[in-house]
Amino acid sequence: MNKVVSIEEAISHIEDGMTIAIGGFLGCGTPHKLVDALVEKGVKNLTLICNDTGFVDIGSGKLVVNKQIKTLYASHIGTNKETGRQMNEGEMEVHLIPQGTLAERLRAAGAGLGGFLTPTGVGTVIEEGKQKMEIDGKEYLLELPLKADVALIFGHKVDKKGNIVYRGATRNFNTVMATAADLVIVEAENLVEVGEIDPNDVVTPGIFVDYIVGGDK
Amino acid sequence: MDKNEMKNFIAKRVAKELKDGDVVNLGIGLPTLVANYVPEGMDVTFQSENGFLGLGPAPEEGKEDKDIVNAGGQYVTIKEGGVFFDSATSFGIIRGGHVDATVLGALQVDQEGNLANWMIPGKMVPGMGGAMDLVVGAKKVIVAMEHTVKGNPKILKKCTLPLTAAKEVDLIITEMGVMEVTDKGLVLTEINKEFTVDDVKAATEADLIISEDLKEMEV
Repeated sequence: MNKVVSIEEAISHIEDGMTIAIGGFLGCGTPHKLVDALVEKGVKNLTLICNDTGFVDIGSGKLVVNKQIKTLYASHIGTNKETGRQMNEGEMEVHLIPQGTLAERLRAAGAGLGGFLTPTGVGTVIEEGKQKMEIDGKEYLLELPLKADVALIFGHKVDKKGNIVYRGATRNFNTVMATAADLVIVEAENLVEVGEIDPNDVVTPGIFVDYIVGGDK
Repeated sequence: MDKNEMKNFIAKRVAKELKDGDVVNLGIGLPTLVANYVPEGMDVTFQSENGFLGLGPAPEEGKEDKDIVNAGGQYVTIKEGGVFFDSATSFGIIRGGHVDATVLGALQVDQEGNLANWMIPGKMVPGMGGAMDLVVGAKKVIVAMEHTVKGNPKILKKCTLPLTAAKEVDLIITEMGVMEVTDKGLVLTEINKEFTVDDVKAATEADLIISEDLKEMEV
C-alpha cells in the first residue's frame, strides 16, 4: 500500500463541513504546507480542533483569517486577533477547553475510551453542563472524547509506512491527533525508506497514518 | 522601585520558595524571571507545558532552533538531561501531581485562594491554555504579581472574574509582601520594609490577618 501522495491528493479528501484536527503549538510542530494547501483549496464551514489558532500569518490561524472555520475547539486564542474578532462578532463558534483536557479528550477518542474524569475546571465555568462525580472525596468532571474526520500532523522523520519520529517540542498535539481521526495525513520534514528508522525511536506507529506528504528536505 | 525593579524583586522572592530537586512550571511574563534567581548549585527542573522538562534560557542570537520554543512561542534551549514529550504526557505530569510548584500571574486572587487569570468577559478572552490544569495539579500554587493594577486592589475578598480554579492558591507574592492562604484566611507573613502594614491593608481588599510573627521581606 502506497501512502506517499502529493499534497493535492491528500487534501482532496477534505470537504466542506468536516472536522479537522491540526497539530502544533503556536506554529511549532504545525504541518505548515498542509495548512497552506487547505487555505488554497478554500474548503468552508470546517470545525477546527487545535491547541491554539497560532498567529494571523502562522499556523492554523491562517484558516481562521480565510474564514474557513465555523466552529473552533482550542485552549488558547489570544495570539490571533482575528479569532477573537470572529468570536465576538458571532461569526465563529468557539469552545475554549483547558489544554490538558483537550489533549486527553483526543487521547480518549483514539484509545477507545468513553471519557475520563478530571479535576481541571471544577468550580469554574468549565463545569457548566457537565456531570460531576466524587471519587474518594474529591470532585471530578466527566469529559468526553473528541474526534476528528481528518488529522493533519507534522513529523520530523517519517518512513514510507508512516512511522514517525518527532524532534524537539514538535510532538505536542500531533501524537494524540494521529490516533483520533478517521483519516490521518502526516507532513514529513524528512521522508525516509522503511528500515531507516530504528523501531526504538518511533513515537507514532505507522498504522495510524493514511497519507504521507512532503519530505522535500 | 521602577516597574522592572519591582518585577525582579518579586521574582527573587519567589525563587526563595523553590527547593533542591523541585520540578517547577513558570507562567508567561513576570514568573519567567524566577528562573534567573535560582541559587547556584540548586537543582531545579523547569517544565514547559508544550512538551519538555529541562527548560533552559534563551539561545544566543543565531543559535535559535525552530523546534525548541516555550509555551509562549519564544525560542529557548533544553538543558542536559532534559526530555521532550507530547501534550498528553505533559498534562499527565501536571495533573498527576508531579509538578512541585507553579508560579503564575493573576488578574484577581481572593482570600479563599480562588484565582482568576484567563478572561475578562467582553474585553479579553485569550483562553485558559494550560493554566487551569496547572493550578489544579501543581502541589504548590504561587501567585506572583504586582499588588495592585492602576491603583486598584487585585487581592480581593471574592474574585468577580471567571475563575481559573477554586481554592488552589497557596501563596501570593507581591512587591509589598508575602501572603499565605490558610484555613483562617489570608495571612500577611512578610512585609517589604518600604511599606507599612496600613499601606498593605489599604492596597488590599481582602481581610488581611497580620501574622504575629511578621517578618521583613528579604530577597
